[in-house]
Amino acid sequence: MSDPLLEVDDLRVQFHTEDGVVRAVDGVSFTVDQGEVVAIVGESGSGKTVTAMTLMGLTRGPNANFEGSAKFDGTDLVTAPEDELRQIRGAGIAMVFQDPMSSLDPVYKIGKQIVEQIRVHNKNISKAQAHDRAIELLERVGIPRATERVDAYPHEFSGGMRQRVMIAMALSNDPKLLIADEPTTALDVTIQAQILDEVRQLRRQQESGIILVTHDLGVVADIADRVVVMYAGRVVEQGTLDEIFYDPQHPYTWGLLGSITRVDRDRSQRLLAIPGMPPSLLRPPEGCHFRPRCPFAFEKCTEVPPLTARLPDTADHLDRCWLEVPQKRELRKRGDQIGLRTKETVIS
Amino acid sequence: MTRFIVRRLIAMIGVMFVISLLTFLLFESIPNGDPARRLAGRLATANEIAFIRKEYGFDQPIYVQYARMMKNIFTGQVYSYYQGFNVVDEVKLGLPATLSLAIGAGIIWLFTSIVVGTLAAVKAGKNTDRLLTVLSMVGVSFPPFFLGAILIYYLGYKLNWFPLGGYVKLTSDPWQWFVHMVLPWFTLSVLFIGFYSRVLRSTILDTINEDYVRTARAKGLSENQTLRRHVLRNSLIPIITLFGLDFAQVIGGGAILTESIFNLHGIGQLAADAIGRLDITVILVVVLLTAFFVVALAAVVDILYAFLDPRIRIAV
Amino acid sequence: MSVEEPEQATAAREQAAPEQTAPAPEQKDGGALLDVEHLKMYFPIKSGVLIDRKIGNVHAVDDVSFELREGETLGIVGESGCGKTTLIRTLVRLLEPTAGEIRFRGSDITHADRKQLEPIRREMQMVFQDPQASLNPRKRVGQILATPLKIRGVPKEQIAQESRKLIDRVGLSPEHLNRFPHEFSGGQRQRIGIARALAVDPRLVLLDEPVSALDVSIQAQVINLLEELQDELGLSYVFVAHDLSVVRHVSDRIIVMYLGKIMEVSPGEELYHKPIHPYTTALLGAIPIPDPRENRERSRPIVGGEPPSPVRPPPGCRFHTRCPRATDICSRVEPQLTAYSGGHMAACHHPQNVTDDEIKASTRSADSPLSSGELAPGEEERQAA
Repeated sequence: MSDPLLEVDDLRVQFHTEDGVVRAVDGVSFTVDQGEVVAIVGESGSGKTVTAMTLMGLTRGPNANFEGSAKFDGTDLVTAPEDELRQIRGAGIAMVFQDPMSSLDPVYKIGKQIVEQIRVHNKNISKAQAHDRAIELLERVGIPRATERVDAYPHEFSGGMRQRVMIAMALSNDPKLLIADEPTTALDVTIQAQILDEVRQLRRQQESGIILVTHDLGVVADIADRVVVMYAGRVVEQGTLDEIFYDPQHPYTWGLLGSITRVDRDRSQRLLAIPGMPPSLLRPPEGCHFRPRCPFAFEKCTEVPPLTARLPDTADHLDRCWLEVPQKRELRKRGDQIGLRTKETVIS
Repeated sequence: MTRFIVRRLIAMIGVMFVISLLTFLLFESIPNGDPARRLAGRLATANEIAFIRKEYGFDQPIYVQYARMMKNIFTGQVYSYYQGFNVVDEVKLGLPATLSLAIGAGIIWLFTSIVVGTLAAVKAGKNTDRLLTVLSMVGVSFPPFFLGAILIYYLGYKLNWFPLGGYVKLTSDPWQWFVHMVLPWFTLSVLFIGFYSRVLRSTILDTINEDYVRTARAKGLSENQTLRRHVLRNSLIPIITLFGLDFAQVIGGGAILTESIFNLHGIGQLAADAIGRLDITVILVVVLLTAFFVVALAAVVDILYAFLDPRIRIAV
Repeated sequence: MSVEEPEQATAAREQAAPEQTAPAPEQKDGGALLDVEHLKMYFPIKSGVLIDRKIGNVHAVDDVSFELREGETLGIVGESGCGKTTLIRTLVRLLEPTAGEIRFRGSDITHADRKQLEPIRREMQMVFQDPQASLNPRKRVGQILATPLKIRGVPKEQIAQESRKLIDRVGLSPEHLNRFPHEFSGGQRQRIGIARALAVDPRLVLLDEPVSALDVSIQAQVINLLEELQDELGLSYVFVAHDLSVVRHVSDRIIVMYLGKIMEVSPGEELYHKPIHPYTTALLGAIPIPDPRENRERSRPIVGGEPPSPVRPPPGCRFHTRCPRATDICSRVEPQLTAYSGGHMAACHHPQNVTDDEIKASTRSADSPLSSGELAPGEEERQAA
């Protein structure tokens, strides 16, 4: 097997604020292979977006502090000088953002915005050539009448169409890695299905790696190959899609899976909500960050559990939980299928 | 576009009517504002005053007086109650000086504040920003008459680099025109630069956090390219509005202090003199002129707006 | 499957088709808390050189009829622009309807003025999507709750005690009363919004996307809270959401809207097993299930295109421009809301998941094609097959 496309190792990002140091990302490691979709899942404040932005060098600033490494194509994205990173941004790695309504500059025609990205990385292309390429890209992401629409302004497009434009723009320099940050969250379901289909086709044609940042486990189940679950700045569990959904090892993952409303489940039972709220990243709890909300916490949880493979048969299914594997399976079976029960109902 | 122009014209007439009426009524009601007494002079007898009052129609109902005044203004037959000159002619005489001041200073203050504001925003929180903040504050808080006086004293009187005041026509001697305008331009600009650069700095800092600026960076644009193409273009939009209105003010005689201190004999100075003497005819004409320029330039700004921001369709 | 319409039938149906939409046949059993008939909410688009003339309408809500029974949760789903939010804003009379009738407990509130609405607003409360924006940032939680309590007529000396009860009821603690909204997380703010709505002791709560702005684990908490409150206080809910899975978890009955029209009305569970309208099927198919294996097995046809503009909605069935089952007739004749068995209704010429007998037994309004002796909906399909 060849080297992975992207190798993130123990990434840490801290922001110095007036209230103290925010540990937005606190030990994240994962890899992305060519042609693979890796989903980073978590709720707001889990550090998933900061992780993605850091790979693009978009979190750099006087108040930010980085540790660890992220190797892409022989470059360490964490330590690379700004000039070198700029060559990669928008070319080797491209990004699609959450809100298509505000992510395009309102004062330029969309064609011009795509041409800008093509020409900033390749000065040899003439404006006319770049314009033709922009039309080609718009056609490829399913925008009807692309030759006309290339001269339209962003506000003349619907949200779904704008997200297609964002994808076309991201593809303009054939990136090896595409980072999509909640690409469908702002869209309607039928449009979401169209966009996800677009992403699926892309991966087939392009063979590029995709990082999908999302909070929506439905979207994850739909298109991801591997899943990284983040909680309060840390990776709590990672593995293949089926491992995460059918044999989750971390109580947070169980809770997350149990608390989603599902279109294929009736309302006969109450949802299994995780009690409490995620901790403040300014003063996270000692040890395991999920400890205060976890019904199974015990003394050892005040130490930070390492992210390692705990299952005997798979080397790539990693988690951060001190519970023994048989113990976890027992707890999970006694509780709901993939849900979290309170202390009283489970440990009795 | 027709709809826009028609509506704007109606708005303009409305604004000018209301402003002229208010000004007129104000002068009717202030004590010592009785034009008959003023016209008659300090030593006039009660009989003389009564005669003048009848002669000029000041005894008639107020709406008749107003209507007659407006008719006079728009036929160009309006005369100062004190010095007897034709006000419209006087305004025409003052217009070149005021226009020279407004256009020159406008260019200087617009461009300087864009440079200063951008620099302050880019260096936000650093020493350059702090220095520029202090300078802007000084600029805003320096009254033009004081700054003007200092400049005239040091650069004009002491060093003799510039004339002490007055206006020379551009058509008669361009170089002298320029030399005479330098200090007024500077004095007037300082105030606006201070204010505009602050506004621009904060708009830029807001715009920098917009999603599309993040997109621009993610495309691989350099900081410079991002700033020029995406941040500045979007940040200038509010500045244009401010500029349109302030520029109209200055053309309409708003730079009273600057014009007076440099003795430019522009519309502002005309207004200043008239206010001192409570010369209602002159004041009314200048006020109407200002209102006209403000409404007209506001319309121009709206058209420019639609050009700068395609999301805005020209509306009223 | 392609369906050929027999020419004769098409022509006949076209003739019989009414110009205007017909009333939805609803059973009026007197127990309705809220009764909505032919409700229309149009927003005029104006233009003109001197005087504005109306040049068009945004058909936000276009001839919507339904009723809400006491103690029931009615879910309203649809994509953005379907008119669901306008609909509930019209129901609480934040907007005055263009046409139609709204009756609350039998009394007509369609054009009621502020004063007449006062007692009704005490029984009808709204919870908004964005708890951040709907709570006054300069008021403490205690003050936010005190105002509606006063309106309810709680004596001054009992207000503090009542507020404590309320805040405790929504799962927060009394010390939170002294804090400002910005000191809370999104989920907590939504709890405050719910407490405020409950303060006047309402019978009906209209929830506008109450959990869409919240994280999943918090969504579950709020949904559970809403269900507990309903059991305890016997509340009726109108629950508006774009998310069919959230709606499934809370609703007794569900209305599916598209471009200002009702496409389908169904008892909660049935909608998911037996969607009649192709639009409902499209919506259901578009939602990815958080279960990889089931997801892979499911057939999920992707509906192309985007909703047309509500200014010039398409003629005939509003969904025909995107519908995989659309035939010629769909673009010309607007399908009427037809009542099938079990209170399930749909407005479609080509209903799915219903048998011929069910179609024949369906109830239609007097001026719809079936009563004129024409083909039943779905008939041409049967013939083609």
